[in-house]
Amino acid sequence: MAQAQALTTLAAPPRLRRWAEACVGFARARPLGAAGALIILMMALAALLADVIAPYDPLTNNYAAMFRPPDALHWFGTDAFGRDVLSRVVYGSRTALWVGFCSSFLGTTLGALIGIASAYFGGRTDLLMQRLMDILLSFPLIVLALVVVAVLGTGLWNVVLAITVPMIPRAALVVRSSALALRQMPFVDAALALGVGHWRVIFRHMLPNVMAPYLIMLTAFLGQAILLEASLSFLGLGVAEPTPAWGLMLRGAAVEFAERAPWMALFPGLAISLAVFAFNLFGDSLRDALDPKLRVA
Amino acid sequence: MRRYLLQRVLLMIPTLFGVAALVFFLLRVAPGDIVELKYAGTGAFAPKEAIERERAQLGLDRPLAEQFVSWMWGIVRFDFGTSMWTGKPIADEIRIRLELSLQLAIMATLIAIALALPLGTLAAVKQDTWVDYVVRVFSIAGLAVPSFWLGILIILVFLIFFKWLPPLTFTPFWVDPKANLMQLLWPALAVGYRYSAVATRMTRSAVLEVLREDYIRTARAKGLWERAVVMRHALRNALLPVVAVIGLEFAFLIGGLVVTEQVFNLNGIGMLFVESITRRDYTMTQALVLLVSFAFVFVNFLVDLLYAWLDPRIRYG
Amino acid sequence: MQAGTVRSAARALAACLAAIGLVTQARSAEKAAQEKPRYGGELVFAVGETPPSFDGHRETTFALIHPVAPHYSTLLRFDPHNYPKIVGDVAASWSVSKDGLSYTFKIRKGIRFHDGSPLTARDVKATYDKIIFPPEGVASARKASYGVVERVEAPDDFTVIFRLKHPSASFLANVASPWNFIYSAEKLKQDPRWYEKHILGSGPFVFGEYVAGSHWVGKKNPNYFMKDRPYLDSYRAIFIRDTAPRVAAVRSGQALIEFRGFNPAARDDIVKALGNKAVVQESPWVCNLTVTINTEKKPFDDARVRRALTLAIDRWEGSKTLSQISVLKFVGGIFRPGSDFATPPEELTKLAGFGKNIAAARAEARRLLKEAGVAEGFSFTLKNRNVKEPYEVAGVYVIDQWRQIGLNVTHMPQEGGPYFNDFRQGNFDTGIDFACDFMDEPDLQLFKFLSSDKSPVNYARYKDAILDELYEKQSRATNAKERLKLLRQFEKRVLDEQAYQFHILWWQRIVPHHARVKGWKISPSHYVNQDLRDVWLSE
Repeated sequence: MAQAQALTTLAAPPRLRRWAEACVGFARARPLGAAGALIILMMALAALLADVIAPYDPLTNNYAAMFRPPDALHWFGTDAFGRDVLSRVVYGSRTALWVGFCSSFLGTTLGALIGIASAYFGGRTDLLMQRLMDILLSFPLIVLALVVVAVLGTGLWNVVLAITVPMIPRAALVVRSSALALRQMPFVDAALALGVGHWRVIFRHMLPNVMAPYLIMLTAFLGQAILLEASLSFLGLGVAEPTPAWGLMLRGAAVEFAERAPWMALFPGLAISLAVFAFNLFGDSLRDALDPKLRVA
Repeated sequence: MRRYLLQRVLLMIPTLFGVAALVFFLLRVAPGDIVELKYAGTGAFAPKEAIERERAQLGLDRPLAEQFVSWMWGIVRFDFGTSMWTGKPIADEIRIRLELSLQLAIMATLIAIALALPLGTLAAVKQDTWVDYVVRVFSIAGLAVPSFWLGILIILVFLIFFKWLPPLTFTPFWVDPKANLMQLLWPALAVGYRYSAVATRMTRSAVLEVLREDYIRTARAKGLWERAVVMRHALRNALLPVVAVIGLEFAFLIGGLVVTEQVFNLNGIGMLFVESITRRDYTMTQALVLLVSFAFVFVNFLVDLLYAWLDPRIRYG
Repeated sequence: MQAGTVRSAARALAACLAAIGLVTQARSAEKAAQEKPRYGGELVFAVGETPPSFDGHRETTFALIHPVAPHYSTLLRFDPHNYPKIVGDVAASWSVSKDGLSYTFKIRKGIRFHDGSPLTARDVKATYDKIIFPPEGVASARKASYGVVERVEAPDDFTVIFRLKHPSASFLANVASPWNFIYSAEKLKQDPRWYEKHILGSGPFVFGEYVAGSHWVGKKNPNYFMKDRPYLDSYRAIFIRDTAPRVAAVRSGQALIEFRGFNPAARDDIVKALGNKAVVQESPWVCNLTVTINTEKKPFDDARVRRALTLAIDRWEGSKTLSQISVLKFVGGIFRPGSDFATPPEELTKLAGFGKNIAAARAEARRLLKEAGVAEGFSFTLKNRNVKEPYEVAGVYVIDQWRQIGLNVTHMPQEGGPYFNDFRQGNFDTGIDFACDFMDEPDLQLFKFLSSDKSPVNYARYKDAILDELYEKQSRATNAKERLKLLRQFEKRVLDEQAYQFHILWWQRIVPHHARVKGWKISPSHYVNQDLRDVWLSE
């Protein structure tokens, strides 16, 4: 086992090493960003290995252990159903990351495609797209999400969609302005002159060149998506009990029982804050490294 | 300039029309019906006939297109109709809430500005020192901590440690300034923190950008006095994007404080919005979305105007 | 003179206490009743919702009753200190004809509306005509409760006669409905919808101010027909939608009471914070949660499967644990435990799912599932309302119970809109449904169990002629004993044999309030006894 590991390290292709060096360089230059990345990594591990890490089943009610304060058995205490809060926080990272990744990936990607297409085709298409995006942009994030939830109903996937929709115009706006500059580049004209199709130009030549704003936005939206999911779940419009989710854990009981069991309100809130904090920290540094002038609303 | 202005104003119309159409039809697609909700929602039984009577009374039995046209026609004449829930004129219902929401938005903005300008500038000037790091961590934390959770914590601390609670009903500022501030200060702080985080970050990056400009570098090299002069000059330019961000956040605050208002029991626009959308009070929800969108579009317009006015480099056809 | 179904209050109360071993802390409230009431002061109370229109005939929410009821009188009312005894309000007395087909009410003389105009039989007739026979374009929520009424007559200024189509066991109680505010005939003639936006009653308080979404103020009516009432100078209802700030309001003294009720945790917090300045009143509530099963879907069309589902739920354990975190508390059949119609304990435990031996019940449930061909780990959904308490609490509990007989159930809490929509269209497997009535009355509580073509709130979608027939019979039964027998048959068929829909738990109404609030006694419904005329504040 150890030998195999040594072998892979030795045989690591230069590409991998370059990556490793880039990471070390990033961490040196931007310690805050590295700290963020570390927290994210830990969260991702917690989510992946929840079955191993969590001391209890997050769904099992245990009426003999209701409202137990934090102790050696239950580090974060137990909730109104006697469920282990630590286990629920650990499993909750799954929900948060899943909703966060899906919606920010979908939102940014769709937005980027729309933004590029809009910039690339220009003219009428651009004008129409811009108006459409303007309409969506003029809803505050949570208001649009609430309208989407009203139409689709609650549930994990609907929440992902509800968060995706308001992300799209925001991503489209930023990517479009980057893509506008690209459109003027000679290589695009060259490709067109060679008879390359529109969509091929978009996917092969323009998309890779907007990677910087794309990645920056992806990380920025991740934090926002997690926050939005927590807000929706807090309002009872997100994921459903008994699914472990941080916003849901803060809903109702956590506030009502806050005096008797403050740990119920404390730990999920901390988890949300830490997660969003890490993503923003990392996203900020990533922006500084890739494209310091970019502004993401 | 005048032409640009006119163009900008005219562009607002299709956007708002689009918002209106979108929200109108989305709401009708959403499952649920205000009449059914009202009766069944309390566990009371209402016969079909009673439900149909109510629906007819609210005009819900008319064809969709007709409802839409009559609604639009009303809006053109600044008549938003009546709330399907209370039967009262929507303008009156909104006016009561807008006073609170506006004041809260203004207070949060003041808090945000007071925090953001000095902190953001400081962080930029001392880039990559511990000062910068502290400011950045503070502001990123502001983005990360959910305002509603912060609100819950504030209330708990008051209740448990001080046995006191901010007033739960709204008193206009001109009636009783103290009671008014005692109620709104806390939510303004909870919201203002997040808001200040957004503005601090913008200030920092804007100032950094200015500091990179050649003429500033020269000035800095030359000495203190000149540096001060140029900095003041430069700051004015740097502030443009900051103003833009503050303006847009302000517009957002008017309708977007959905969760915070619930935690503090504020009778504001956000609470009204959640209530009307869950009740399927179509007319009220439509009017509110339109109002919030209008605020957003209008502030955007003002920001553009400001840009054009302050920055002679920007020219508009 | 007072004939009909007036029951001994003491007996009812004793039965209530004995049946459930309930320890009410109402003792101090009783003691308070003997103190000499003090005049003056403003009662501030919290209300969890805002009223829609102001018309009690049209609306069905407590958010209307709590701020608005003090402005109005009704024909009869429930005795505030002896529920379910019925007493007169604007009616001085009443009598029933031998055949049970006409009810004659004598109206008190000298009652005036707040604008000074006299209240006569004409107004009572106009009010009931609006409720029972609403004119075109006017909504009435309770028309169906009075389907038995043929017509209302007002032969002179102080006599009102209701003529019925057939005898009705529940008619008198229905006239005590807290919703049936007496309106002015003149105003109704001007505009039948006038009362949706205006207040003009003859109750103990006149309208003061309403700031939409914020608060409602009522002022003492100096010309109230009871010369020594009300005690309060005014009341102020403040609207607080979220539970946490509502509890905090009472705790901090910004509100002295909240009439709908809190959960046990809030009660404990308030008592802890206020110490001996707090009084807690508790009562079983005419509200319950049920599991409704979509009998049109396979395998739920099989009574064995449904029986297995009810057998798997340990109500006694649920009562013990859920009562610590929610208002869910009392194990009961189709009627409120403690009411005159409640299932006797020895009969209750014989119903499927209400027995005390849960291991045996679960074994039986597994056997039934196997017999019906339902595989281990069978999965389906439980539709629910996205209201944390008590709905989602019950949802989490029921799912956990079903898991213990090898069922894999997904919880689907939803907003009211889609929730009712899906229920009505049969777009669900199983769901948590609820009922909340203003009094213990079989006609009300049994209605949702009628065949789906008769009852639009029967979401289980079955048709059952036996139940329909039993309902009709009990509704017309004038002999109390005979009625009870029919009710037990009805109950056995719904809950046990067919298990179409079955109760999880009945609610407990818990009202913790400041000890300064006197003269208010809790009742099993948060809709009745809210005119505040006997309420007073001590120093």
